[in-house]
Amino acid sequence: MKKYIAFFRLRFSMGLQYRAAALAGISTQFFWGAMEILMFRAFYRTNPDAFPMTLRATCAYVWLQQAFLALFVTWVLEHEIFDAILNGNIAYELCRPISIYNMWFSRNLAQRFSGALLRCVPILLVAAFLPAPYGLMAPAGLLNFFLFFLTLLLGVGVTVAFCMLVYMLCFFTISPMGLRIVTVSMVEFFSGGVIPLPFLPDGVREVVELLPFASMQNVPLRIYSGDLQGKDMLRPLLLQIFWLCLLVAVGKILDALAMKKITVQGG
Amino acid sequence: MKLYGKYFMIHLKSIMQYKTSFLLSCLGQFLVSFNLFLGIYFMFRRFSQVEGFTYSEVLLCCGITLLEFSLAEAFARGFDTFGSIISHGEFDRILVRPRNEIFQVLASRIELSRLGRVLQAVVMFVYGINASHVRWTFQKAAVVMLMLLGGAVVFSGFFVIYASICFFTIEGLEFMNIFTDGAREYGKYPVSIYGKKVLQLCTFVIPYALIQYYPLLYLLDRGKAYYALLPLAACLFMIPCLALWKIGVRHYVSSGS
Repeated sequence: MKKYIAFFRLRFSMGLQYRAAALAGISTQFFWGAMEILMFRAFYRTNPDAFPMTLRATCAYVWLQQAFLALFVTWVLEHEIFDAILNGNIAYELCRPISIYNMWFSRNLAQRFSGALLRCVPILLVAAFLPAPYGLMAPAGLLNFFLFFLTLLLGVGVTVAFCMLVYMLCFFTISPMGLRIVTVSMVEFFSGGVIPLPFLPDGVREVVELLPFASMQNVPLRIYSGDLQGKDMLRPLLLQIFWLCLLVAVGKILDALAMKKITVQGG
Repeated sequence: MKLYGKYFMIHLKSIMQYKTSFLLSCLGQFLVSFNLFLGIYFMFRRFSQVEGFTYSEVLLCCGITLLEFSLAEAFARGFDTFGSIISHGEFDRILVRPRNEIFQVLASRIELSRLGRVLQAVVMFVYGINASHVRWTFQKAAVVMLMLLGGAVVFSGFFVIYASICFFTIEGLEFMNIFTDGAREYGKYPVSIYGKKVLQLCTFVIPYALIQYYPLLYLLDRGKAYYALLPLAACLFMIPCLALWKIGVRHYVSSGS
């Protein structure tokens, strides 16, 4: 366990080095958040009755999404890992007396947390001071606030566990491009990255909410604003735990299989 | 022009060496833009219209914007990766050749894999045309052509600005994405839905509305006649962009290596 914590710390402080990049990213994210909110406002003004969330909850969703973008996006899969598999450097990692799965898992977690830590504070601060329906509201309650953090952690866990599956599958396919593109666009839509899941029509939404993708950003962002309230919070929470365990288990099995039949690419 | 044709053939040949990878990245481009479509589709399953625009009209708008963007991206991609040209010192090579440097950068990358996105745009565009009951006349077809031309020019202009900034900063600046990727992403809806201020900004400061919103109104028989010619006015945007580029070239200090 200790060595994986060391990997976590190493990657975490490495991530914190990129402060200038984070600053540039923040301005971009403000813009994206603002445009997204203006878009939802247009739909809201046209027909407020058809709006499935309150406007305030939607705005909070958008700002939190922008602030914690680094935690949940899948397109920042680590290139190093793909490169290592492709050019054979993976051999070095295999020599170490550690589990590849655990090491990558902790590195991935660290990268996401350091990225988010740099970006979230300014975005959250400014968004909190924007005028009423458009800014970031206070959390819906103490319980919601607490569960927000818990589900946030679980959500990141599910995201990383899912990414690990993609890495592991690379051992078998060698050419990761196609797999990556398909999974990245799929995850983005089904996790509520394009539009929040409540905006999907009823029949579709119920199915999508059961998928592992809905256990990523969808749950914490909706719990914060009180869009999920009371008993409704229990089921997504259990689903998150279920998917986290299942994805990690499948990842470990793939890991074991890959280690048995691995061919190191020369070069 | 003949030389550009030659460059084009070289890029085509080099891509055809890796057919599978080419097809996959086409597919990828298609899928990425497909999310854009899904977003619109599901929003309109719930709302029948937004600020007076119906589903098919928004698709028409989205298709045109996406086409404009992918055209610019396919041909002006060299400017988008200009940061690496500068930091590898390749620009020195370009400067010593007896050809216009803009032409050379332009020809240095031609992204045929953007075909996937073009395809997506065409599908949406055709569907939008079919469903939106636009009464097509010769003028309107000409306006669509003008929009594509103007749009490709404006987006290329932003790529040129992006590259010009590289002269000063060596690497590309992420916030410029707002003007290229951001405009593509949010250009899916007519600019007016984002509110009056955004519309004014996009009319007078950055000419997005000129290539998207106003000519679209003309296509839908809602705008004044002169709206049809606004995409041409948008082409003027290229002048300050090229001026900035000239300043940048004069400022250029080789990064060595």
